[in-house]
Amino acid sequence: MAAKKMALIATKGTLDMAYPPFILASTAAALGWEVQIFFTFYGLQLLRKSLDDIKISPLANPAMPMPVPMPVMVQMLPGMESMATMMMKAKMKSKGVASLAELRDICLETDVKFVACQMTVDLFEFQTSEFIDKIEYGGAATFMKFAGESDVCLFI
Amino acid sequence: MEFSKEFDASGLACPLPIVKTKKALADMASGQVLRVIATDPGSVCDMAAFAEQTGNALLEQGSENSKFIFYLKKA
Repeated sequence: MAAKKMALIATKGTLDMAYPPFILASTAAALGWEVQIFFTFYGLQLLRKSLDDIKISPLANPAMPMPVPMPVMVQMLPGMESMATMMMKAKMKSKGVASLAELRDICLETDVKFVACQMTVDLFEFQTSEFIDKIEYGGAATFMKFAGESDVCLFI
Repeated sequence: MEFSKEFDASGLACPLPIVKTKKALADMASGQVLRVIATDPGSVCDMAAFAEQTGNALLEQGSENSKFIFYLKKA
């Protein structure tokens, strides 16, 4: 039986939205699936060599559980985003949740294919030297070729 | 049950128990049994789904001292 295929589009570059593509991709690869992730717009941040700058913001995110109620005016203060990110990362670590870097490494080790959207790389004037090495560059047609053969296709 | 290798996934959250179980199976021979210990309650459903999709048989599963134990036979 041919391996199942999953095609993902990763469009977000925040800590919370960075997890789903890497979790699904690493799991599918563990199940023997062939996986491709197309990174576009803010999702390109997930291809940077260091993922340390990926943050979560409490601002405009009313569903985010907070240790203490926090008015929006306070969430806007400088440093709040970094603090929320630090607290979230500490919580994740205490609950045994893998770091983004660890999950991304697992994806790469298990041959998940990463494709960076050339149009948005050019749009944001990213240099390929800012990204990890094992990626390809392509456009919508590249994605559609694999997506058309896939069993699962998700936009994240 | 007899097993030839053990993998302790205690304290790890999704998807690590599954992803690392796959890794633990990699250097085993077909027919050998892997014992997996996990604390993630989600691993109960996940391990069954993993077994079904990969062909590695889930011979037995249970819990002891609030840990989940799985025996997987490598395909």
